[in-house]
Amino acid sequence: MVEMSGSQALIEALYKEKVEVIFGLPGGAIIPVYDVLLDSKIRHILGRHEQSVAHMAEGFARASGRVGVCMATSGPGATNLVTGIANAYMDSSSVVAMTGQVPTSMIGRDAFQEVDIIGITTPITKHNFQPKYASEIPKTVKMAFHIASTGRPGPVLIDIPKDVQNQTADMVFPNKVEIQGYNPNISPHPLQVKKAIDLLTKAEKPIIMAGGGVILSNTSQKLQAIVELLLAPVITTLMSKGCFPENHPLSLGVLGMHGSAEANKLISEADVILAAGVRFSDRTTGKLDEFCPDAKIIHIDIDPSEIGKNKAIDVPIVGDLSKTFDMLYDSLAKRLEKREDSPWLKKVRQTREEFKGIIIDQGKGLSPPKLLKKLRELLPNNSVITTEVGQNQMWASLYFKVFEPRTFISSGGLGTMGFGFPAAIGAKVARPDVPVIDIAGDGSFGMTANSLATSVVEKIPVIVVILNNSMLGMVAQWQRLFYNRRYSAVELGVAPDFVKLAEAFGAQGFRIGSIDEFTKVVKGALKSEVTTVIDVPISPEENVFPMVPAGKGLKDTIYG
Amino acid sequence: MMLEGRVKRTYIISTIVENRPGVLHKASNMFRCRGFNIDSISVGATERKDLSRMTITIRGDSATVEQLVKQLAKLIDVIKVSVLSPGSTVVRELALVKLYVADGRARSDIINYANVFRSRVVDVAPGSITVEVTGSPDKIDAFITLASTFGIKEIARTGITALVRG
Repeated sequence: MVEMSGSQALIEALYKEKVEVIFGLPGGAIIPVYDVLLDSKIRHILGRHEQSVAHMAEGFARASGRVGVCMATSGPGATNLVTGIANAYMDSSSVVAMTGQVPTSMIGRDAFQEVDIIGITTPITKHNFQPKYASEIPKTVKMAFHIASTGRPGPVLIDIPKDVQNQTADMVFPNKVEIQGYNPNISPHPLQVKKAIDLLTKAEKPIIMAGGGVILSNTSQKLQAIVELLLAPVITTLMSKGCFPENHPLSLGVLGMHGSAEANKLISEADVILAAGVRFSDRTTGKLDEFCPDAKIIHIDIDPSEIGKNKAIDVPIVGDLSKTFDMLYDSLAKRLEKREDSPWLKKVRQTREEFKGIIIDQGKGLSPPKLLKKLRELLPNNSVITTEVGQNQMWASLYFKVFEPRTFISSGGLGTMGFGFPAAIGAKVARPDVPVIDIAGDGSFGMTANSLATSVVEKIPVIVVILNNSMLGMVAQWQRLFYNRRYSAVELGVAPDFVKLAEAFGAQGFRIGSIDEFTKVVKGALKSEVTTVIDVPISPEENVFPMVPAGKGLKDTIYG
Repeated sequence: MMLEGRVKRTYIISTIVENRPGVLHKASNMFRCRGFNIDSISVGATERKDLSRMTITIRGDSATVEQLVKQLAKLIDVIKVSVLSPGSTVVRELALVKLYVADGRARSDIINYANVFRSRVVDVAPGSITVEVTGSPDKIDAFITLASTFGIKEIARTGITALVRG
């Protein structure tokens, strides 16, 4: 037992959790913690807006597989974090967010910068805490990290009243915590696994639908082993892009509203779907009633509430993906003979050929598909890509191939514009050894562009490629296709000048007009020690295709 | 199977939760966020100081109830969730029913009815009489229907609480 203040206990507890970096922005109600932080070995990265520090923490978490930590003050600091926390919740990212709170004696009196952040974040956190005594802090931090990083990961918030930060107490730092209502280590039921094996061994047209859970559970290699045994093609979701190498002959790419043509077509023909760590989101499945109505679906998830939530399931398996894949592999290896080819694989190849002619680089000159293919050639395979949200994101999903897990980081569930750039900064902190590139749009980048200050001042060099159509491009695309070209509130004009904006922050900015220039600038940026913003003017008329219109089934894909 | 899943009936869900501030908020907030329309909820002490029991009734199909149970179980503060089967469960609700009393005859009628229902008169005032009825929700409904002939001034029902038999 050792006597210290709540703030000292907080920093000590974080240190014990091996936290090396906190993304944050101080304010009145969290000054005691910042005072202790000054003498700590933990690095603090100062954001310019709390939304961005939450995204940075998430980018860090998703690139590293560790817990990302962010911190803000009470009131507006806390409410600004909310978008970032909601994003982490929707995408199951392990983030621990800490907020200052007004002193306990002031809570409920509408004090200056008081907000009920516990109430506000209850539906968007896996759990939240408000310690009322300093002595609770060590255990609270331990529980927060345990909850955030195990089972189905998610954000956890700790809201600490200022008097609790200052109060001293005898502190006990537990090495382990038991939480009665939380048992995340779930082994799959052997009977359910057997049912899955029976279906898979009899399947003639199996498909594997791998979701974000594969990345979260670090089971890419186990997945690949099963794929090669089953000879089943693999479809990913936006969240799992990269969990299976997209240059593998059995990779069909991403499924969904802007899924690859072959993924959307072939999943509808499968007879058995092995869905692992997915949640059957509407952007992935299209109209649910029309999503593979005849296929038998095996659904593995560690979160029981995901099973049957959106889609009725034939073989539910609640369990840890790593353990389940091991059991599946062992049984399949015994029951299946090694095969080289199948009629189903012939069909897969045939479908690919069929679509080769249909899916072409639309648009002339600097079309996004061409640019992204070029970008892929220029980058090492282990580069980390983040995206903003909108057309840029869907082009990246369709045309930028990813080969390794945790190298594609995008806002999937919440669809948060402004996510990509701060997430790139967080990812670069986690992976300083690899290039980190934000594939951006002008609208999205504008939302958190002030993080350029963080990136420059803290010396965290990333590359931003802005596919600049001077539009809120995805909304414009919907208005073009479904609202008779009535463009309402989507024209952004040519403001700002992104080159000057970058330079104003001390970053370097380039505007490029050809693929050759693009190549040259990217090569230069990869060698540079400073953040580079590459402004690529593209046609405002450019659409993302293929597309499944909202509310339609996958078979209603529009190809352009 | 799907059809069976869509038949609506009343379910009683018994939940053991951590006894600490904010737990009821987390549960009720989840009901609202996920669109579960619950009929009643009662929260009270258990045999252990650190735990509370939350009894929830909901009218819905089995798929909805399954989701509700899973979402409740997912809350960190929720320790155990069980759907109680009507046959092996003791179910009780308490209601306070305040009735208008027009005259002495009405007063004695009400007292007689209360006795038939094994209820108790807990307050008598010049213009009203308050009866405490305890029992299954059906019994309380029956009493209220009967009592409405006298004119109901106010009703307070607790929502049901329940325990498995044996």
